[in-house]
Amino acid sequence: MTQRYVMSIDQGTTSTRCILFDQRGRLVSVTQREHKQHFPRPGWVEHDAVEIWRNLERIGPEALAQAGIGPGEVAAVGIANQRETAVLWDRRTGVPVAPAVVWQDTRTDTLVDELSRRPDAHVVRERCGLPLATYFSAPTVRWLLDSTDGLRERAERGDVLFGTMESWLIWNLTGGPDGGVHVTDVTNASRTLLMNLRDLDWDPVLLGFFGIPRVMLPQIRPSSETYGTARRVLPGVRISAALGDQQAALFGQTCFHRGEAKCTYGTGAFLLLNTGTEPVASTHGLLTTVGYQIGDQPAVYALEGSIAVTGALVQWFRDRLGIISTAPEIETLARTVDDNGGCYIVPAFSGLFAPHWRSEARGVIVGLTSYITKGHLARAVLEATGWQTREVVDAMNADAGIALTTLKVDGGMTSDNLLMQFIADVLDVPVVRPMVAETVSLGAAYAAGLAVGYWPDLEGLRRNWHRAAQWTPAMDPQRREDEYDNWRRAVERALDWIKPTAGRARP
Amino acid sequence: MPGPVQSIERAAAILRLLAQGSGRLGLTEIANSLGLARGTAHGILRTLQLVGFVEQDEATGKYQLGAALLHLGTSYLDVNELRSRAINWADALAARSGEAVRIGTHLQGKVLVVHHVFRPDDSLQTLDVGMLLPMHATAIGKVLLAYDANAAAALHDAVQDGELEQFTRRTVRTHREMSRVLTTVREHGWASDVDEAGMGEAGVAAPIRGYGGLVVGAMGISGATERICDPGGRPRPDLVGYVRDAARAVSRDLGASRW
Repeated sequence: MTQRYVMSIDQGTTSTRCILFDQRGRLVSVTQREHKQHFPRPGWVEHDAVEIWRNLERIGPEALAQAGIGPGEVAAVGIANQRETAVLWDRRTGVPVAPAVVWQDTRTDTLVDELSRRPDAHVVRERCGLPLATYFSAPTVRWLLDSTDGLRERAERGDVLFGTMESWLIWNLTGGPDGGVHVTDVTNASRTLLMNLRDLDWDPVLLGFFGIPRVMLPQIRPSSETYGTARRVLPGVRISAALGDQQAALFGQTCFHRGEAKCTYGTGAFLLLNTGTEPVASTHGLLTTVGYQIGDQPAVYALEGSIAVTGALVQWFRDRLGIISTAPEIETLARTVDDNGGCYIVPAFSGLFAPHWRSEARGVIVGLTSYITKGHLARAVLEATGWQTREVVDAMNADAGIALTTLKVDGGMTSDNLLMQFIADVLDVPVVRPMVAETVSLGAAYAAGLAVGYWPDLEGLRRNWHRAAQWTPAMDPQRREDEYDNWRRAVERALDWIKPTAGRARP
Repeated sequence: MPGPVQSIERAAAILRLLAQGSGRLGLTEIANSLGLARGTAHGILRTLQLVGFVEQDEATGKYQLGAALLHLGTSYLDVNELRSRAINWADALAARSGEAVRIGTHLQGKVLVVHHVFRPDDSLQTLDVGMLLPMHATAIGKVLLAYDANAAAALHDAVQDGELEQFTRRTVRTHREMSRVLTTVREHGWASDVDEAGMGEAGVAAPIRGYGGLVVGAMGISGATERICDPGGRPRPDLVGYVRDAARAVSRDLGASRW
């Protein structure tokens, strides 16, 4: 039977999606299922890994049914996943030993403080390119090993496996307790704080630093390579790619050349810049990470600026305040007024990420007067995403030594025209959305298709990229400067809120 | 004359029940109050929940009147919500057809462009979201006129003394001519404009439907007449098929089941 499609699984922070693509990178079918967010204590965020696996069991076959095809017509499947979220499970039963700890979770605050005060703490950034911070996986794994009775012994015996979401799904797809393949890819491994950025293998020094037994870790593989064949859900389909969701978006946006950058707007926002085959160390608060690795070719590195809260602020507005009933209504509400009325929201819900790295910051709404309506608040919600992007772009321009000329954007928030125009306005560069807004899924599909020869090479993929929309800067320069100044003063007011851990996790 | 529809009577009774007292009732209470089997009551409640007239509290499982009932008078689908739900299918349509895609809704006798995808040839194009297009000279507008009684009434009010605005010699001129065109649109399920908004420009559009088949907008492609039409000046069947498929896909996502 001809294999006419490639499937991607996008295991994201709030939902899991299956998308089928055809050879020209066009979307053929989409299925999606949200999973529950658990907030058992302030600062804790958990997922049920079994719920996520069950969701995949349902939506995988649904995606095939929607396209009217069987698994035999799928050339390969690629996985893109929420990064850093840690799952620990029992090798024999396949049952997680604890709820999955999500990247937004800050329970390892104190542990990270202790670790960063150790005299040898400098090895972390030197070897893995990342600062010691709560949202990478290693502190979480350490925390779970320390706080669950008998878990460390079980892990050392090899009874407990660690993985980020792609490892968990690949292991289950390939048979679970019955011969499941325990692997991760370089991009996901690069987010654990345990992988050596140059060797692309688990670093014994880092394993020692965090006290994590190597036996529980998956094997590190390239991002684009066949890891095994699915025995469940998509029987017989080759599993041929895995990338962290942001790296997948970089791949899907076909940023294959040094100097090309994209920003994905979802729960958080992530700006990645391709820096070629050499890692570039940042002096402005950005992360050095692996962009992708195709088969046995050299890995391609990236600089990353991460913003913790963008879409999550809209969700908070919807779910916690109940001011809107669906996320897109934020634009409708924001358009009821002409400007922010002097109101700014700094959504430092779990601290501020790039370029500030201030975990003690907390959210503030400033400039409140009796004049402010919910329309002004809606504007401030959207503008927070724009200004946070501006801060990261400024840092990236400084580190890379070249100014960004265009920003390629993707993710759910790109359907918000008011926001996209505002980003173009505050960056003063054109903002471009590609024809396939689902670049995370597309990137995973591209990497999988490349591994099995469904697509011949990177240039072939590049020809699939087309511009779907472009927003051109139109803001008065003086107004831009004034507003940016207001934003920076608002950020100052968010800092130093949580005591006494000020200044930690600054790279 | 056919008798009353029993399930609608029961649905109305459930709404009246929920509108009384505390307004939060469990399935058993509702079923008992109306003397219905639990399964019957559950089926009606699920349907009412689908259309937004009833909401179920996640924690307690109790039912209450939905927000959609309070907003019955206002537009039931936010245009930004429509764009967000349609964006993937609009992209796919642009990719398949090779033409620019627009989604429009009715606003005061005009077509409001709520979404625009560039023609995928990477040429310089400008986003025209928020622009108003003439209803009677565009495929999207004709779809809205054919299926949205309010849109048709608004056009009538705007043009009381006969002649519609002429953009080319092929623009539909009179209301009588328009009603013939709209009958055809309803028969075929899609509309086109060929050299009507401007010479050398053509478009094809199909309706986007929500729950119960209510038309909430129209989605279409537009481009050079020689690309959109065959040599006989008729819209190419393959393009018409793409447009209808895409509009149906969005409709399915919005809960329209039969189309």
